[in-house]
Amino acid sequence: MVLRLLTGLALVLAVVTATFLLINLAPGDPARLWVGPGAGAAELAAARHALGLDRPLLVRYLAWLGHFVTGDWGTSLVLGRPVRQVLLDALPYTLLLSAASLAVTYVGGIIVGIAQAVKRGTAADTLLTVATLAVYGMPSYWLGLVLVLVFAYVAARHGWPAWLQLPALGASGIDAAFLSPWGKLVDRVRHLALPLATLGAIGIAGTARFVRGAAVDVERQDYVRTARAKGLAPHVIELRHVLRNALLPVITLLGLSLPALFSGTVFVETIFAWPGMGRTLVSAVSARDYPVVLAATAVYAVLVVLGNLLADVLYAVADPRLRREGA
Amino acid sequence: MKTGRAVLRDGRTAWGLALLGGMALVAILAPVLAPFNPIAQHDILATRFLAPFTRDPSGAMHWLGTDNLGRDLLSRLLYGARISLSVGLLAAGLAAAIGTVIGAVAALAGGAVERALMALTDGLLALPRLVLLLAMVAFLTPSFGLIVVIIGATGWMSIARLARAEVHGLLARPFVDAARVAGATPVRLLFRHLLPNALTPILVAAALGVANAIGLEAGLAFLGMGVPAPAPSWGNMIATGRDALVQAPWLATIPGLAIVLAVIACNLVADGVREA
Repeated sequence: MVLRLLTGLALVLAVVTATFLLINLAPGDPARLWVGPGAGAAELAAARHALGLDRPLLVRYLAWLGHFVTGDWGTSLVLGRPVRQVLLDALPYTLLLSAASLAVTYVGGIIVGIAQAVKRGTAADTLLTVATLAVYGMPSYWLGLVLVLVFAYVAARHGWPAWLQLPALGASGIDAAFLSPWGKLVDRVRHLALPLATLGAIGIAGTARFVRGAAVDVERQDYVRTARAKGLAPHVIELRHVLRNALLPVITLLGLSLPALFSGTVFVETIFAWPGMGRTLVSAVSARDYPVVLAATAVYAVLVVLGNLLADVLYAVADPRLRREGA
Repeated sequence: MKTGRAVLRDGRTAWGLALLGGMALVAILAPVLAPFNPIAQHDILATRFLAPFTRDPSGAMHWLGTDNLGRDLLSRLLYGARISLSVGLLAAGLAAAIGTVIGAVAALAGGAVERALMALTDGLLALPRLVLLLAMVAFLTPSFGLIVVIIGATGWMSIARLARAEVHGLLARPFVDAARVAGATPVRLLFRHLLPNALTPILVAAALGVANAIGLEAGLAFLGMGVPAPAPSWGNMIATGRDALVQAPWLATIPGLAIVLAVIACNLVADGVREA
């Protein structure tokens, strides 16, 4: 566990170092961006000094790293606000969206995948195989747009019931500040619906494909044949023998799928103007706001490392064989 | 070792390859097939946002309609296939090559080299690929070559792990000892004995890699950070369509269907090869 934590820290350090080098070695001058194209040489030099760009790379790196680990992430070149504040404002939104999609993805994906494995070879299984493959193949930014088209525009035009007319942008309505606590919650859930449906649908499809494969593999194991030969009821075999063993690789998938999930949230946040880290990162990249890009990349790395640690713990809880080995 | 025929007998692979082949053919023949120049704009006000199956004032048919600048969507879709498919194939090929070399070298070298290479692999694998790509395009100017290189350079890790595991498995087999005793150099051992036998799982992963690369290229283009305009790419076509989502819903939806089709084709190939 300690080893994993150290590896995780090394990974985060490697990421910020690589990003720092990339930013500093790439063509383009942040000082020029800061002062604007009309500035004279003296002003540019002053800006370079103010930003510390006139010092050697290694000195800048160590100074920056020192500030970084102590939580001083600099000031956004575009927003003029402390980067830490910008990202701390955005982080809860990304965590909410990611956690909700993880929950939906795993509950839905496991149900669909196991149902397919139990009914494998039937028409329903084939239909779901085709459907999950099609949904899994959809780019999140595209599925998001299609959902906006249906639930924001078509729903309004054709007068669908109010609960099916969903907001397409933002995390809360403009009147959110004046709503009751219950109204605020409903407002937030309604704004979450389309981003969550986008990530959830793709996630369920991917997880179902994986779970079906894992369950079919387990069905072929000797101990399942033995259980059948013993005359156990089919549902007992499915629950005790197949499901439990098929879920082990799914826990590994949890850790492995986090990077993909965060990639998905970047697109979805951009589509739905969800004020999270992904949207912040994309705007920062467009505006070459390098302190924000650096810090956002690092925060994503930290999130993934923490998520992987969590998956390890879950795995150890779920599989007693591993607990003894890891002790 | 499965023969090509056994792989093809699996219906999914045949379908997937037929789909991909058809798309590749369409991409190659785009200059012949496309009814219009994909970037030409004539009389924008009279020809923009034409719905599918309508004729413009000159009487020419736009099968899939036109975009905000009056450009023919079908022509752009056909030309867009060139960028999407070539980036997908080249980037996935690059990723497969890097991954195979790193994985095989790690397995053959063993010891500290193996540990270092695998630590690098696991580390990169744990990062959100899109975040890495964004961090790179933020400070480098996107071009066709850069997009291929960065998508390839961020996609080799799963293949490296596979290649390492496969080569480790093969190293324990008697025929490898036989080759060694016969005096095969490590390079010859790798290319003549190890890699050919590790090909199937690597091909499966590479096919999935093509799907990922196509999606990522389109994603970067969608965010305005792909191959620069006015070259049509499925991703930047979706981005254009997004601004006219209500007025002209076909602009965003149709290129997305093309991406879905390409991704499904790659997955069919991968599923078929895996289970053949």
